[in-house]
Amino acid sequence: MTAASNSSVDVAIIGGGPAGLSAALALHQLGITNVVVLERETQAGGAPRHTEHLGYGIRDLHRVTTGQRYAAELRKRVNAAGITVRTATTAVDWLDDTTLQIADTTGLSTIAARCVVLATGVRERPRAARLVAGDRGAGIFTTGSLQQLTANHHQRPGKRAVIVGAEHVSFSAVLTLRHAGCDVIAMVTPLPRHQSYAALRVATATRHRVPIITGTNIAEIHGRKRVEAVTLTNGHRIECDTVVFTGDWIPDNELARRGDIDIDIASRSPIVDGSWRTNRRGVFAIGNLIHPAEPADICALDGRNVASAVAGWMATNNWPTDPLRIVVENPISWISPGAVQPRAAAALKHFTLRVSEPVADATICVTQNGTVLWRSRRPRRLVPNRSISISASWLTKVDPAGSDINVALNVSVAVEERLR
Amino acid sequence: MPEIYDVVVIGAGVVGTAVARLLSHQHLEVALLDAGPDIGAGTSKANTAILHTGFDATPGSIESRLVARGYALLNDYAPTAGIAIEPIGALLVAWDDEQAASLNTSAEKAVANGYLGASLIDAQSVYELEPQLASGARGAMVVPDEFIIDPWSTPLAFAKEAIANGVAWLPNHSVTKLDRSHDITVISTAEQHTLRARCVVNAAGLHSDDVHALFGLTGFTVRPRRGELIVFDKLARSLLAHTILPVPTSHTKGVLVAPTVFGNVMLGPTADDIDDKTATSSTRAGIDALLAKGQRILPALLHEEVTAVYAGLRAATQHSDYQISHDPTLGYVCLGGIRSTGLTASMALAEETLALLQQCGLVATPKAPDELRSIRVTNLGEAFERPYQRGSSGAIVCHCERTTRDEIVEACTVAPAATTLDGIRRRTRALSGRCQGFYCSAEVCALAANASGKPMTDWLGNQ
Repeated sequence: MTAASNSSVDVAIIGGGPAGLSAALALHQLGITNVVVLERETQAGGAPRHTEHLGYGIRDLHRVTTGQRYAAELRKRVNAAGITVRTATTAVDWLDDTTLQIADTTGLSTIAARCVVLATGVRERPRAARLVAGDRGAGIFTTGSLQQLTANHHQRPGKRAVIVGAEHVSFSAVLTLRHAGCDVIAMVTPLPRHQSYAALRVATATRHRVPIITGTNIAEIHGRKRVEAVTLTNGHRIECDTVVFTGDWIPDNELARRGDIDIDIASRSPIVDGSWRTNRRGVFAIGNLIHPAEPADICALDGRNVASAVAGWMATNNWPTDPLRIVVENPISWISPGAVQPRAAAALKHFTLRVSEPVADATICVTQNGTVLWRSRRPRRLVPNRSISISASWLTKVDPAGSDINVALNVSVAVEERLR
Repeated sequence: MPEIYDVVVIGAGVVGTAVARLLSHQHLEVALLDAGPDIGAGTSKANTAILHTGFDATPGSIESRLVARGYALLNDYAPTAGIAIEPIGALLVAWDDEQAASLNTSAEKAVANGYLGASLIDAQSVYELEPQLASGARGAMVVPDEFIIDPWSTPLAFAKEAIANGVAWLPNHSVTKLDRSHDITVISTAEQHTLRARCVVNAAGLHSDDVHALFGLTGFTVRPRRGELIVFDKLARSLLAHTILPVPTSHTKGVLVAPTVFGNVMLGPTADDIDDKTATSSTRAGIDALLAKGQRILPALLHEEVTAVYAGLRAATQHSDYQISHDPTLGYVCLGGIRSTGLTASMALAEETLALLQQCGLVATPKAPDELRSIRVTNLGEAFERPYQRGSSGAIVCHCERTTRDEIVEACTVAPAATTLDGIRRRTRALSGRCQGFYCSAEVCALAANASGKPMTDWLGNQ
C-alpha cells in the first residue's frame, strides 16, 4: 500500500466537468498553472460523458457535438495544457478555509490550496426524494442512471417507459430510451405544459409520438419485482415496465454545506456574488452547483469567467464580505448569483433566474429601497424549469450603502394554460 | 450434503442466522434455508435498527428476558465481527400532560424489566441535550443504553460465521411440506428439493405461522404490521444526538426519530395491520403522516432531502409476546411472532433454541475453540474507519456512501454472496445514498456482473 501524500497548490478545483475543466484551462491561460482538478469519477468530463446525442459545445467551443465528444474535447485540451487532473479522487471535508481532506485509492490525505473552486455539479432528485409512494421493483431510473446504463454499458432499460417530467432533460431521456430500443408511453408533468423548446418537443416527443400528460403527476408505482404500472394523480393507470424520473435538479452541495457555505433555500445552491465568491474566504462556486441546471456550455462559460476573479483574489488577498443579497418574489423561485458586491468590479454579464409557474407578458423589475434599477418587459411566456436571463448592467446603479436588492415580476396577465 | 441433517433452520433472517451461527459451534450437520435468494431480506432488512435495552417490554415476558440477554450478547459480539454500534442513547420525550404523566410509568416499567439506567429530566434539560427539537417538550426519560446498530451487517455476520463453520446455506428453498416419521422430518420445497433432518427450527418470520401449520400446529397467526419509514440525508445527522422515542400511551402509537449508524436520520415507523405478507409498498397516507409527525418533533428535519422511503413488515400475532415452543416428538422448535425486537434478542433466541433442541433430544457437543473459525464483515458504520479511508480497496464507486470497488466485488463473491442489487446495498451501502443510483447504479451493475459471471440484465431485474 502506498502512503497517501499531502500536497499544496494555488488552486484546487473540485469537480472535473465542463465548469471545472474550463476553469482550469482559463486559469492556465492567465498563467496560474499550479492547479489541480479533483474528479471523483475515474474519468473527467462530467455528465456530458453519458450523452450520445447532439447539443453540446455551442456557446463555448462554437460547434455542435455530442456529449461524449464534448467531454473528450475538454479532456484533450486540459491534457494538452499539462493541467493535473486527479481522477478517482474525492474531496471529503474541509480542514481549514481552503485546505481539504481528500480520498483516493491510497486512502486519506490533504491538499492545501490558496483557493478552492467548487464545481461539483448537480443531480436529479430520485424517486425517494420526490416521495412517490408504491413498490420498489426494478426498472426505476433517473435520466442520469439511464444514460450511464445505455451509453456506457449498452443495456436496454426496459420495453415500455413512462417519463416523469417534461423539461429539456426529459426529452433527452426520450431520445436515450428510443435509441436503446425502449418505447416511451407517455411523459407526465404537473405543470400545465411542457417546459422545453417547441423545436425540441417536435423533434422528440412528437416525432416519436409520445403524449405529454400535463397537469398531473405520478402518484404511485406498482410492481414488486419489476415495475408493472404507474398510477397518476388524476387516477389514470399506465401499464409500463420502466419509470424515468427526469429533471427536478438538486445541486451536489454536500461539500459546500460541510464548509458552512450559505445556501439558497429554493435552489439549494451556494450563494455567490457577481465574482462567484461564496461566504467562505477563498472559496468560489461555479457551474450547475450554483444554477441547477443549465446546459454544459453555460457551465463552461462560468469556468472561463471565474478565472479572472480567482486571479484577482490571489493577487490582492482581498475577500469582500457581507455582500448585498438579492431577494426574489414569487413566482420567481431563485436567482443566480444570489448576491452582489457593489463596489467590486464583476465579470458577470447576466443573472439567471427561474419561475415556478408559467407567466405571460411579465415585466422583470430590479429594485433597491423602492428605486427601480432596471426593468425589462418579457412579452414571451416565462416557463418553469427553463432559464431566464437578465442583464447585469444595473450593477453599476446599486447603492453600496443601500438595502438588499429585490427582483420581482410585474405581471399584466398570468395565464394558467389548459391542456391542449 | 449429508443424508440427514441434525438441524434444518427454516428462515435466514436475523433470528435464523443467529441460530445457525450458534449451532455451527457444535459438532452438528446444519442447513440454513430461505425461501428467497438472500439472507436478511425479509423483516430483518427494514427495521428501526435500535439495540434495545428492553426498558419498555412487558415485565415478566419472554421478550423482556430475551431482549435483555440478547442486548448483552450482541453488544459484545458486534465489535468482534465488524457490526457497527453507536452508543448514543435515547430520549422518551413527552409532548403533553398525558405523556408527561406516563413518563413515571415508563420509569417504573424500566425498573421492573431490570433496566436501572433510566432517569427523568425536565424540559430545559431536554433542550440542552437536543436544541433542535420542536418547542413544547414537557420533559423526557433518558435511556442512555438504547444504542443504534447496523441491522444489515448483523444477519450477514451471523450467516458468514455459520457458513465458515460448516453450515450449508441453501437459498431459494421455499418449504411446502414437513413429514415426520421414525424421528426424521422430510422437508420438501416448492423448488423440488428434499432434505431430511432430525430437528427443524422455524425462524420463518412473517411465514412462521405457515411453517407451524405444516406440522398441523396452531396457536398463533401472523398478521403483518406494516411500518413505513423515511430516511433523510446525511446532512440531517447533525440535527440530533439521541434517538427520540415516543412515550407509549393508552391510545397512541408514536413514531421515532433516530440517527442511523450509516449517518442518516430515520423517521418512522407507522403501524398498519394488514393481511398481505408481501405488501411492502409505501403509501401516500403513510408518507404524509410521517412528515406531519416529523414536523412536530424535529421541524428542521423536513428541510433536508429524503434519501429513501420504504416499508417493512413486522411479524405481529394476536399475542403480545414471542411465540416460542418446542415439540420433542416432532423434533421441532418454533420461534414465531418475533417482532422488531428480534434484532436485539437474536443471539439470546439462539441460546434458547439450542436449549430447546437439547430438550428435543439433540445431542450437541461444542467444538473446541481451535476448531472454530471467526469472521469479520466490512464495518459499514459512519463512525468507524471505512475501506475508502484506509485505501487499497479500489476507487470509490458509490460516491454518496463512499463504497469502493473491492467492497462491491466482495459482496458478490464471498458467501453468502449477494445475488441482487438490494443484496449489494445491504452488504456495502452502495446505492443507498442520496442520489439513489443516479451516478453509480450502472457501474455497480457492471462490477457485479463481472464479479459474479451473471449478465447485467439479471442484476437489473430485467425479464
